[in-house]
Amino acid sequence: MTPSTGTRITYREAVKQGIREALSSDPRVFLMGEDVGKYGGCFAVSKGLLDEFGEERIRDTPLSESAFVGAGIGAAMAGMRPIVEVMTVNFSLLALDQIVNNAATLCHMSGGQFPVPVVIRMATGAGRQLAAQHSHSLEVWYAHVPGLRVVAPATIDDARGMLRPALECPDPVIIFEPISLYNMEGELTAAAASTDLSHARVHRPGRDVTLVTYGASLWRCVAAAEELAGNGIEAEIVDLRSLRPLDDATILASVVKTRRVVIVDEGWRTCSLSAEVAMRIVEQGFYDLDAAIARVCSEEVPIPYPKHLEDAALPSQARIVAAVRGMMKQVQ
Amino acid sequence: MNELPAGTNRERGLHLLAEMLRIRQFEGRCAELYGAGRIRGFMHLYDGEEAVAVGVMQVLEKDDAVVSTYREHGHAIARGIAMGPLMAEMYGKRTGCSGGRGGSMHIFDAATRFYGGNAIVGGGLPLAVGLALAEKMRGGRGVAACFFGEGAAAEGEFHESLNLAALWKLPVVFLCENNLYAMGTALARSESQTDIHAKAAAYGVRAMAVDGMDVFAVEAATRAAAEVARAGQGPALLELRTYRFRAHSMFDTQLYRDKAEVEEWRKHGPLISLTTRLKAAGLMTEEDFQRIERDADAEVQAAVDFAEQSDWEPVEDLARHVYAEVRPQ
Repeated sequence: MTPSTGTRITYREAVKQGIREALSSDPRVFLMGEDVGKYGGCFAVSKGLLDEFGEERIRDTPLSESAFVGAGIGAAMAGMRPIVEVMTVNFSLLALDQIVNNAATLCHMSGGQFPVPVVIRMATGAGRQLAAQHSHSLEVWYAHVPGLRVVAPATIDDARGMLRPALECPDPVIIFEPISLYNMEGELTAAAASTDLSHARVHRPGRDVTLVTYGASLWRCVAAAEELAGNGIEAEIVDLRSLRPLDDATILASVVKTRRVVIVDEGWRTCSLSAEVAMRIVEQGFYDLDAAIARVCSEEVPIPYPKHLEDAALPSQARIVAAVRGMMKQVQ
Repeated sequence: MNELPAGTNRERGLHLLAEMLRIRQFEGRCAELYGAGRIRGFMHLYDGEEAVAVGVMQVLEKDDAVVSTYREHGHAIARGIAMGPLMAEMYGKRTGCSGGRGGSMHIFDAATRFYGGNAIVGGGLPLAVGLALAEKMRGGRGVAACFFGEGAAAEGEFHESLNLAALWKLPVVFLCENNLYAMGTALARSESQTDIHAKAAAYGVRAMAVDGMDVFAVEAATRAAAEVARAGQGPALLELRTYRFRAHSMFDTQLYRDKAEVEEWRKHGPLISLTTRLKAAGLMTEEDFQRIERDADAEVQAAVDFAEQSDWEPVEDLARHVYAEVRPQ
C-alpha cells in the first residue's frame, strides 16, 4: 500500500496543487489561457493563483487558441516552461496547426536544435450535458502524432503529480483532464509528488479479465469490477495513464495473466485508441488470448444534450459488465 | 531612382551589394542544382526580394530571434548561416544546418537564433509572439523578427498574433514581404483591404509601408521598428513592398501574371538599383562589381563542394530527434 498523507481533496484541487508547486519551484513556469486569471479558470482550477503569482505568470489570453498555444511553443523554445491551458479539447482544434505542425515537428525538423518543452492542458470528455461541441474525447487525434507525448491523469495522485514530470520533459506534453472528474474526491497519497509520465498502472488486480482503460472511464471500470466481483469474476484494471507512448509491457503482462481483454474508451470506436490497443495485443499477444477482444466505446454520434441520450452514448458500468459477461460465457 | 542616403560610404555600399549578390548567386546555383536533380522537394526562390533580407539583418543583433517562411534562403544567408551547411540542407545531407531533415523550406540554426522556415502560411507568427514573450519575461532587450508574406494576412494567425503582441506589448517586429502574389493569387483577388499595414493599425500596432526594393529604406525602417520594440513600446509592422522575379516554386508555370509585368519590375530590381546608384556616386567600379561577383561565386562553389562531399544520414538514425535527446537547461 502507498502511504497516505491523510488528505482528501478534489481532482480540481489536485491539479491546482500541481500548478502551484510548479510555479513556486521554477521561475520559468507560467500559466496562460482563456480565463485562467480573473475568472479563476473555466473549471475553477486556477482560482486564486492570479492573486498569489501575479499578472506576469498567470496570463489571461484572448480567445485566440492558435496564437496563445503557438506563443507557448515559442516561449518554450526560448527556454521558458509554459503551462498552456486550453478550455476543452474541442477548442484545441483551433490550435491544431500549432500543435501538430509546430510543437510536434520542430525538434525533429531542426535536427534536435529546438526541443519544445511546452505543457498543454485541456479538459476532455462528456458527462455534464454540454452537448456536441463541448463533450468529445479527441485524445486519439493527438496520440496519433509522433513528437507529442499525451497523458490522461485519472486519479487524484496523477492529477497532482503528472504536471511536474511533464514540465521537466523536453518534449511537448498534452495533459487531458476529464471534465467529469474535477469534482471527484479522493485521497492524495505521498506518491503523488513523483508520478511518472510514461507507464500504465494496474489500478486493481484480478485474474479473470483485463479492463484496459484511461481517463474518466477508469471509474466506470472500477464500478463494473465491483459488480462483477459479486458474481465471482475478478477483473484486473489497467489504467493506461500515458496514451503516447503506450506502455505495451504492462498491457501485455496483464493479458498473459487473465487471457481476456475488454477495452473501455470514451472515444468513438472507429480509428480509436481502443483499436490501437487491441491491435497491439493481437500483434504481441495473440496466442495468449482465450477470447476475442471486446470494446466498449462511445456510440458513433455527436454527444447529445439530454441526460438519457448522453448516458446512452457513453461507456457505462452496465455495458462494461455486459461485455465481460458475454466474454466469459463465450469461453466457458 | 532613389538617391543614396547621405553619408553612404564605399565600404558600406559594397557590403550591402555583396550580401545581396551572395543570395542571388546562391539561389541561381540552387535552381541549376534543382534542374540537375540534386535538390528536390519544394523550393521557393527569393530572387528580387534580396533587399528585404539584407536590409533587415543589418539591424538585428546576436540575441534577436528570427522566424521565417518557406522562402527563407535569403533570410538565412543574410542572418549569417554559413553557406556550406545551408547548401547541404538543400541536398538533405546530414551536415545540413537542420541535419538534413528540413530541406529548402525548413532552415534552422540555433547559433544565430534562426527558428526556422515555416511552411504553413502564418504558422510562424504565434511562435514569434512566444519568443518575444520569453524575452520580455526574462527582462532581455532582444526582439523577435518575424517574416511572412502578404498572403499570411488572410490567415487568422496573423490577426491573433498582432492582437496578442500588441496587447502584451511584446518586442516583435512583424515583417510582411508583400510580393503581390500569394502563390498565384494576386493581392487584390484575395484581400478586401490591400494595404496590409492598414490592418495592423486596427490592433494599435505601429505600421508603415516601405519600398522593399531599396535596401537603405528597409534598413532604416527596420531600425526604427526595432528601437520601438526594444524600448518596451510593443510590436511594429513593416509592409515591405517587393516582387519575386521567378516562379512561386519550381513547379509554377506563372499563368497568373504577364511577362511584361515581371520585366517592368526587373528594371527596378534591388541589385540593379543599388549597382547603378553606387556607380553613379563613384563609390563602385565595374571591377569592384566583378570581384564581388567572383567572391560570391567562389563561396557558392565551396558550398556545393561541401554538400556534394557530405554524407547522408544513416537510415538507422531515421527516428532521431522525434523526441529530444538532451534535456534543455
